[in-house]
Amino acid sequence: MKILYFSWVRDRIDLGNEEIVLPENVTTVEQLVNWLQSKGDGYASAFADLSMIRVAVNQEHVKLGHPIGENDEVAFFPPVTGG
Amino acid sequence: MIKVQQKDFNYSLEVAALSEGNHDVGGVCAFSGLVRDLVGEKHIDYMTLEHYPGMTEKCLVEIEAEAHHRWPLEKTLIIHRYGRLEPGDQIVLVAVSSVHREAAFDACRFLIDFLKTNAPFWKLECTGGDSKWVTAKDTDTQACDRWLNGDKKE
Repeated sequence: MKILYFSWVRDRIDLGNEEIVLPENVTTVEQLVNWLQSKGDGYASAFADLSMIRVAVNQEHVKLGHPIGENDEVAFFPPVTGG
Repeated sequence: MIKVQQKDFNYSLEVAALSEGNHDVGGVCAFSGLVRDLVGEKHIDYMTLEHYPGMTEKCLVEIEAEAHHRWPLEKTLIIHRYGRLEPGDQIVLVAVSSVHREAAFDACRFLIDFLKTNAPFWKLECTGGDSKWVTAKDTDTQACDRWLNGDKKE
């Protein structure tokens, strides 16, 4: 699975994107976040306050409960500030 | 039409193109957003705009399609820049042509309100050696929600 990070989420994790093998018991975005949180301090810091995190699966905005699979592209970022 | 680009755009030419050769058009409404040099008390040297290539274009196409669904429009245009931008630089242009002004005004407002809360762009403000990610505003979300809740006059 491809994961992308933007804005301060990327800064805290110190990584723009990564390929991961989805653990068997991870089937939703929320479970993926829980799994990522245990990967290190940067991840824990980026995902400390989930009210500040927005998610896209295959480039569509989704909620944390959204299902995910091995072939999905998942992106994590703060609320957008364009315009 | 949507354009996501690093380079600047010519406001006059872009807006003129919305009615060129089309005499059904009765009105064109345009909004352009610029980089300010002051945010609150803080001076801004420059700004870096990051986006999510692929999702940005997809999102803008959807917003544009939704505007055409809601109002009878001739043409719509969204241009959004990314990369390093200086105070005074143009960031965004949203423009709409229609037979009558009501649809043009409302659709233009709708496009920028929706873009601000949905399109995956992030602003990084830089002052001296410091840089700070801009925080999203509740008022922007409220402006977008008004369209979703349908309590805006049309």
